[in-house]
Amino acid sequence: MLPEVGHYALIIAMMLAALQSVLPLIGARRRDPVLMELGPHLAIGQLFAIAVAFVLLVQAFVSSDFSVLVVANNSHTDKPLLYKITGVWGNHEGSMLLWVLILAVYGGAVALFGHNLPATLKARVLAVHGMIGLAFLAFILFTSNPFARLDPAPANGDGLNPILQDIGLAIHPPMLYMGYVGFSMAFSFAVAALIEGKVDAAWARWVRPWVLAAWICLTAGIALGSFWAYYTLGWGGWWFWDPVENASFMPWLAGTALLHSALVVERRSALQTWTILLGILTFSLSLVGTFLVRSGVITSVHSFANDPLRGQFILAILVLATGGSLLLFAVRASSLRQGSPFAIVSREGGLVLNNALLSVAAGTVFIGTFWPLVVDFLGQDKISVGPPFYNRTFVPVMAPVLLAMVVGPMLRWKRDDLTAALARLRWPAVAATGVVLFVLIMMFGTGLFVALGFGVAAWLILGSLWPLVGRLKLGGAPFDTSLRLALNTPPSTYGLIVAHAGMGVVVAGITGMTAFQGENIRLMRIGETTHLAGYTFTLRDVGKGKGPNYDFERGTFVVEGSMGRAFVMLPERRFYPVRQQSTTQAAITTNLLWNLYISFGEDNGKGQYAVRLYFHPLVAWIWGGALLMALGGALSLTDRRLRIGMPQRTPVRAGTAVAAE
Amino acid sequence: MSIRTLAVGVTMLLLSLLATFPAAAVQPDEMLRDPVLEARARALSQGLRCLVCQNQSIDDSDASLAHDLRVLLRERLTAGDSDRQAVDFIVARYGNFVLLKPPLEWNTALLWLSPLLLLLIAGAGFWRYLARHKAEPAPVPLSAEDEARLAPLLGERSGS
Repeated sequence: MLPEVGHYALIIAMMLAALQSVLPLIGARRRDPVLMELGPHLAIGQLFAIAVAFVLLVQAFVSSDFSVLVVANNSHTDKPLLYKITGVWGNHEGSMLLWVLILAVYGGAVALFGHNLPATLKARVLAVHGMIGLAFLAFILFTSNPFARLDPAPANGDGLNPILQDIGLAIHPPMLYMGYVGFSMAFSFAVAALIEGKVDAAWARWVRPWVLAAWICLTAGIALGSFWAYYTLGWGGWWFWDPVENASFMPWLAGTALLHSALVVERRSALQTWTILLGILTFSLSLVGTFLVRSGVITSVHSFANDPLRGQFILAILVLATGGSLLLFAVRASSLRQGSPFAIVSREGGLVLNNALLSVAAGTVFIGTFWPLVVDFLGQDKISVGPPFYNRTFVPVMAPVLLAMVVGPMLRWKRDDLTAALARLRWPAVAATGVVLFVLIMMFGTGLFVALGFGVAAWLILGSLWPLVGRLKLGGAPFDTSLRLALNTPPSTYGLIVAHAGMGVVVAGITGMTAFQGENIRLMRIGETTHLAGYTFTLRDVGKGKGPNYDFERGTFVVEGSMGRAFVMLPERRFYPVRQQSTTQAAITTNLLWNLYISFGEDNGKGQYAVRLYFHPLVAWIWGGALLMALGGALSLTDRRLRIGMPQRTPVRAGTAVAAE
Repeated sequence: MSIRTLAVGVTMLLLSLLATFPAAAVQPDEMLRDPVLEARARALSQGLRCLVCQNQSIDDSDASLAHDLRVLLRERLTAGDSDRQAVDFIVARYGNFVLLKPPLEWNTALLWLSPLLLLLIAGAGFWRYLARHKAEPAPVPLSAEDEARLAPLLGERSGS
């Protein structure tokens, strides 16, 4: 009975979405306040209906209702409660339901908190948002009904893929979806602005917080996914240029560009047309991502829960959404206000460079991801595009971005002098050069790329922090003056610094991990000792045991460093009888500067176990840096000046920053 | 049970078989005694794709085919093949699909040139934008409504 209620709720949600995509649009055209006001009500109604459906699906998983097909295929009574719940989105149908739920949450948020949006813009944004909702609800109802029944119901389910029974992968999809589904806001605002025929600073102020919120979630989601791969796959890889990774990385690149171009629209009323186009393209890349993952058109290490028939439906949505909005763009773009002029050397110029290079980077990843398909269509050959391709193309495109992202924020709006700006950065430049020379000398002249990598990292971290020294008059003024200046610096300035420095931390992490990782792969008997990176590893014991729904074999390693106390590491191999699958649970210890990583394999029948020991320097910085970037975004989001389109309790007072003086 | 249900079930079963990746990568018993030769084998295997597991190199994968390829590669190297000969031998058997770095051929020329082409397009777009915006256009006045809404915001701008 309850699953049918869920099914009906989805049908109702689809009908509400249909109304939402038409009525407010007519209302906005006729300036009819009643029709326009229907938009928010329908959006909230749609959110409510989808939430009901989602809760009922969770209920079906928790109560192990195996008469529901997805539950039978993806759950099992023995599974811990947490993984029964997260199993809801560990399959195609449930994850699409999560997708539309998050879409509806964003729509509902505009409905609830968009008081200060002009009525017509709000109505049109909600209408466009309703269309996306309608398309995906139709997709779910016609091709991927999560409430489809199974008769007769099996006595127990097939269980969840053990790889998905992990806390990291439990939170990874919702984070990722909050990110790339969140870019739907950029799309809705862009298309609404095209219909309105008006893009101004106020528009950018309304759309930026949403894009920023989505970007924060996507950044954290990608970092989480990378970390998950690191500890699950059993050898410490953290990025594979896998099509499914690219699926989330392309919207990230475009979204990053969008954040920066919206800044130019907001501050300087320039780049309006480009920003609109980027808003459309960013969400289109999100749809491309959904298509890649859901259709299984390019199978990859992540390929579970896919179906080619469904791919065609998503492809149709993708073509309609992108094609339709680009057509509208072609017709209306010329009527948008032309931008204000600026010199090449200016803050705007820097942001344009950022946009150009990030777009090229996103385009490169896009072409790399789809080229195997192109070659396949041409016939006669099949090719693979893997990490060596991206190392030779993506990295060179991104390198200038890394160098320029320190200089850009130092430039003044409209026009500036590059020599003067660089002069302001001479100390970070000296320090970064020092780092390059130091690394070169330490490595006896080899490892130029390693030295450059660390140099760029130092440049990013120090160069981003450096302006703060001048701004707070550190060392040049009494402490309380600096403190007051620090408190009066707006959060978005700190956001910029933290996010850019975070990128430097990522670069340091990647360089360290790539250049200095060590490994020791060998067969070990119980009691045997081996060495890696100055540590001694002794396999003390091997034990067997039972987890909640798996059997495990666990190695006990005693690890001793040259200093400090010995400690124990416990890598496991798990076997899940329900799915007849085994997984590795690597043992990882970290001191934030380096990780020790042990992955434990089978014995060869002669009492010898296949053991892999890894030494991973700075690897934690990759995710730490990404989290810093997300934190930087979050800091910017708390800036009251940005929250004009977000919930707001207190009225904005004029000149608060100055008032404290 | 309908055909579709059955199809979904079978797909799920197949996927669950394919999607296993426990204790991955090169196994200790496959490794060569000669460290120089082994290092060459490791470097080469990172550029060779495990054909069944998609986008994983044979060095990273634990599929049995990856195992076979690792052993084959090491056999070739031990037999005295150069890096190039060993890779060519494997490509001759499995096609370009096995190379993670696509070779430059007529059907990949555009792929390899794409970053450069995209850069040119971006550069041309930027140049055109600047050229078009050289002359200062007359500012379009804001509507009174906009003016009223923006005034308090502009007041705060001095803070940044």
